[in-house]
Amino acid sequence: MAVQDVLPSRKGSSGFSALNDQRVRGVIFQVLLIVAIVSFAWWIIHNTAANLRAQGIGFGFGILRDSAGFQINQTLIDYQETSSYVRVYFVGLLNTLLVSFIGVILATIIGFIVGISRLSKNWVVAKAAYVYIEVLRNIPLLLQIFIWYFAVLRLLPAKRDAIDLGPFGLLNIAGWYAPNPVLGRGFALVAAAFIIGIVATFVLRAWARRRQMATGQIFPLFRVALALIIGLPLVAYFVAGFAFANPPFSLEYPTPGNFGPRGGLRVFPEFIGLLMALSFYTASFIAEIVRAGILAVPNGQTEASYSLGLRPGHTLRLVVIPQAMRVIIPPLTSQYLNLTKNSSLAVAIAYPDLVSVFAGTALNQTGRAVEFILITMATYLTISLVTSLFMNWYNRSVALVER
Amino acid sequence: MKKSIVPLVAGAALAVTAVSASAATLDDVKAKGSVQCGVSQGLPGFSNPDSQGNWTGLDVDTCKAIAAAIFGNGDAAKFTPLSAKERFTALQSGEVDVLTRNTTWTMSRDTDLGLNFTGVNYYDGQGFMVPKDLGVSSALELSGASVCTNTGTTTELNVADYFRSHDMDYEVVAFEKADEVVAAYDAGRCDVYTTDQSGLYAQKLKLTNPDDHVILPEIISKEPLGPAVRQGDDQWFNVVKWTLFALINAEELGVTQDNVDEMKNSDNPSIKRLLGTEGSFGESIGLDKDWAVNAIKAVGNYGEMFNRNVGPDTELGIERGLNKLWSDGGLQYAPPVR
Repeated sequence: MAVQDVLPSRKGSSGFSALNDQRVRGVIFQVLLIVAIVSFAWWIIHNTAANLRAQGIGFGFGILRDSAGFQINQTLIDYQETSSYVRVYFVGLLNTLLVSFIGVILATIIGFIVGISRLSKNWVVAKAAYVYIEVLRNIPLLLQIFIWYFAVLRLLPAKRDAIDLGPFGLLNIAGWYAPNPVLGRGFALVAAAFIIGIVATFVLRAWARRRQMATGQIFPLFRVALALIIGLPLVAYFVAGFAFANPPFSLEYPTPGNFGPRGGLRVFPEFIGLLMALSFYTASFIAEIVRAGILAVPNGQTEASYSLGLRPGHTLRLVVIPQAMRVIIPPLTSQYLNLTKNSSLAVAIAYPDLVSVFAGTALNQTGRAVEFILITMATYLTISLVTSLFMNWYNRSVALVER
Repeated sequence: MKKSIVPLVAGAALAVTAVSASAATLDDVKAKGSVQCGVSQGLPGFSNPDSQGNWTGLDVDTCKAIAAAIFGNGDAAKFTPLSAKERFTALQSGEVDVLTRNTTWTMSRDTDLGLNFTGVNYYDGQGFMVPKDLGVSSALELSGASVCTNTGTTTELNVADYFRSHDMDYEVVAFEKADEVVAAYDAGRCDVYTTDQSGLYAQKLKLTNPDDHVILPEIISKEPLGPAVRQGDDQWFNVVKWTLFALINAEELGVTQDNVDEMKNSDNPSIKRLLGTEGSFGESIGLDKDWAVNAIKAVGNYGEMFNRNVGPDTELGIERGLNKLWSDGGLQYAPPVR
């Protein structure tokens, strides 16, 4: 055995002294822990099953194929009352991912702006950021969701009259009825041009970098990228429009109906309220993380950068932020996870997220709490792990490389 | 994470605690000295806390009657406010002993959910409320409307069935708590508020201008509301069931809160059996012979309970309608005590 190979002097010693060996004890305790965990898990499962049987409650995932029978207002995929609970799950999951994804982006943008403002030399800007952070992070999120939702509602006109936003559609208490994009036959061409534009920009960027390293010449990348990403699809648009004799892309506008506008791309006030609350709340934490990250970069770095002749904007963007990022990213990951999990408060304001429609309505219609909660927990766990993995990967890619 | 975690916690509790809770509820109740009832979170007329935290309402009285039948004292009833979504898990996990919470008796709940419904304390049906200025006089004119309601209720299914069967469009906006449904409807987020008619009458009182809203005539479903207990505990099932039946029988026999003591001297054998002066019906469900007397003393008979909480003279002003006794042309009918 390995222990004896390493410690030949112990050979032939009694069992009692083997117990004194730290490594042997370590192994024993790990085995005991695993046995304890496995038996605890077995006990939980066995007990649950016994209780369910005793109370005459069924168990099984077959019920997921039954038709749901209720409606959901916001669905990113096709959904009818006759759809199955499996589809309810995906509708809820996509709604959760939608609000979380946009929320993470918004919170990051707001958080960075506020965090950097907090360190501004301008007294008013710094204090405004300070007040923002202290107020928002100290009010419970559920309350903020209500404030945002009902504030959003109160501001807007009644259902049957709407603010006309012209090219941006109509706005009333039941939401924003944006123009709905209708794709024509030539749209594939425009999309292809757009992708080519993006790929070309990346190739160009790599080339420009190499050239700058070699010769020191700066290539006007931004303007050329703009031309590639916007100009190229625009040319494709006209070519496709001419070739197929109808525009590859047009907008369908909402029209007034007896119960408010009809048609158009609907953005629900529940979504807006939840998104705003989540983004602004999480941003207040991100702002503090950003501030901490920037303060963690030694001032000498800034001074050195100034003495090289870099302007403050460049210093922040090229010297300070990249070094701050390695401090910022790990806690930032936690905030992203928090935002995603907090989106489950959606049920309070009728946003149909995963918890609301799947662990809520569907669970209640079937009464199968154990199955539905298991699936929901596994889903949140998966979302969290994937986010975490992605952020860890990103963290490694920006981490300081020690030479 | 305030509300959304409750099913999870209750689910975990279900996993761990339910064995002891599934049998001999009556013994547990007697041991702890009170009955824990699951009620709604605030529905005037059915279960609503006042500013001192005293609960009143038809469902509350049903619970008090059960407590009085067991302990001789209606104050031994304790209340746990539950959302529609939480209620069944709370009962299954033993968090509450009985659900007296405007809950519709349906087949799937009675069979697959491990519940037993003990009778009907209010015959209801789902209706619609709309603002008067919408100019709608029938639910059939609601195509394209948005409808506010509670999640986790039969309401959501009925409204889907109704609009689908009449080939009408609609949009559902489903909140977890009734207060938020009222707030959203009041703000104008929806054109229609739908729930059981009794609930509409109750929630209407909470609107800014109750007189600007009208309840449409259509009733789109059968909603027999009644207390529910866990399956597999026949003794407790009998206690809850027969307490409700005793209140309905009392009304039929003319026994009231005021005359219950003198009625004990009645020559009518039905009254004698109900009030425990003949036979041993209390003992047969594990209670005293005065069980029904105590229940009636605490809350009155079914009619008194109805009139005090939701009847025509209350703020809600609901007519007896289907809830009249069978002998008056209604549906309330209790098997005899004999």
